[in-house]
Amino acid sequence: MIWNKTETLSRSEIQAIQLERLRWQVNYAYERVPFYKKRMDAIDLKPEHIRTLKDLEKLPFTVKTDLRDNYPTDLFAVPNKDIVRFHSSSGTTGKPIVVGYTRNDMDNWTECCARMCTAAGVTNEDIAQVAFGYGLFTGGFGLHYGLERVGASVLPISSGNSERQIMFMKDLKSTVLIATPSYVLHLSEIMQDLGVQRDEIYLKTGMFGGEGHTPEMRELIEQRLGINDTQNYGLTELCGPGLSYECLEHSGMHINEDFFIAEIIDPDTGEVLPEGSEGEMVITTITKEGIPMLRYRTKDITSITYEPCKCGRTNARMDLIRGRSDDMMVIRGVNVFPSQVEAVLMGVEGIGQYYQLIVTTEKFMDKIEVQVELMDGAMLDSYSKLEQLTQEIRHKIKTVLQIDVKVTLLNPKTLERTAGKSKRVVDLRSKTF
Amino acid sequence: MLVRQINVFLENQSGRLAEVTRTLGQNSIDIRALYIADTTEYGILRMILDKPEQAVDVLTKAGFTVSSTPVIALAIADKPGTLDHALSILSQGSLSLEYLYAYVGRASDDAVVVIRVRDPELALSKLQEAGIRVLTSEEVYGI
Repeated sequence: MIWNKTETLSRSEIQAIQLERLRWQVNYAYERVPFYKKRMDAIDLKPEHIRTLKDLEKLPFTVKTDLRDNYPTDLFAVPNKDIVRFHSSSGTTGKPIVVGYTRNDMDNWTECCARMCTAAGVTNEDIAQVAFGYGLFTGGFGLHYGLERVGASVLPISSGNSERQIMFMKDLKSTVLIATPSYVLHLSEIMQDLGVQRDEIYLKTGMFGGEGHTPEMRELIEQRLGINDTQNYGLTELCGPGLSYECLEHSGMHINEDFFIAEIIDPDTGEVLPEGSEGEMVITTITKEGIPMLRYRTKDITSITYEPCKCGRTNARMDLIRGRSDDMMVIRGVNVFPSQVEAVLMGVEGIGQYYQLIVTTEKFMDKIEVQVELMDGAMLDSYSKLEQLTQEIRHKIKTVLQIDVKVTLLNPKTLERTAGKSKRVVDLRSKTF
Repeated sequence: MLVRQINVFLENQSGRLAEVTRTLGQNSIDIRALYIADTTEYGILRMILDKPEQAVDVLTKAGFTVSSTPVIALAIADKPGTLDHALSILSQGSLSLEYLYAYVGRASDDAVVVIRVRDPELALSKLQEAGIRVLTSEEVYGI
């Protein structure tokens, strides 16, 4: 099912809408937000210079620190009386950022989320358990409004209290679960501990987001819960969930192109890359009234295709996030994404799915320690089995990353489990040289 | 005639062993014999306990990785040359020994030697043929 016919427009029709809206958005931002006016004036760029979609490349980038430097509302284009909602980022990497939505922004955001729910197969027959945190985090409210718009029965349980989650899941017969992928894996573990059988729960669809999600994690979730795992993508800075979403074809995430223009750039040079190239995604909002974002650098590494999808939608599709250009670690000159390590670990028997990477420096050499939980008692037969296990992990990581790591085995359930983003990398290297 | 040995994975962290013994103590499980070997990274604790099933259960619940292995418990007279006799039977049968540990029982003057071989059933028959006294679970758990 497709929620809105704009998801099936031809490329030229989409581009016509985008150009009209882009010109409006640039002019609006220039007129109303001193930050954008100053940036554009500095390079003698006027809103009327934006005549084609290609002209978007002339605009300077906006980055996360711009939001922090203009904390709390200096990037807002409207007075607070026109704002009907604030949200804020979780602030895991420093000072929080604040965003604001006008009534129209809320309506557009809800539209984006309704498309996303429909693409995941959610209808008014569904009971949707929202285990995303409600509050300043955009996840809970975004999904909530979108689910209500498609007519699903929403259970706004919020995150945490896993046993209560499972109780409601059984008793209210929830069919859709909304959560971060690591929390879903955590819930599946608790279900195992409680001896909950698959036929006691009615889940058929998962809508997961808020953090990265590798194909191996998806496979594990689908295998453990027997549900259709769909992913979606968004950033607080740009609206929250609803920027892009998967359909049941699982072939990339459909971008809501009548609200956002996506570009892929080389993160080092800032140069725009051709279709299909992997690089950092840059997003420009084209309907935002509260806090317009012109060429916002997401730091997320992905690629984009404009090929129509088998599902019938014609909007651009982005690949699943391969990593973040800023959590990309450089270890002895090698680029390392935690997701690569995760993919390796998912394929190893005998260990759990949680892991932590500890990066340190010893005698000017970077060292990575990979901590995993030993789950399989059969490994305790002899030291050689444990040795084989750690060697296997070391060898596989070396094959993928070309770096040697130290593998530490831990007892089950010693690594941190969180309802939100899990902390997978601890970088203890000194930043001074 | 095989005896269940419980294996517990120990992270190389202070207090881990005490957590195991506390868990067992709180559940009134008695340790009959204990053997621990460690590397710089981790250790495997091997124990003979009076209630092995229950021990697996409570240790798993306490967050440990646990398994059980069939081992053979021999009663070896406390005299020079007796252990050698038993071991030579195993080596004649090409049964390689993975590890062994010994302790002195309460009930008799015999020493108890716990051995782990790859083929415990075969080792058992060879040892019994040679007239070496193999202890039953009841005898071992009740030592």
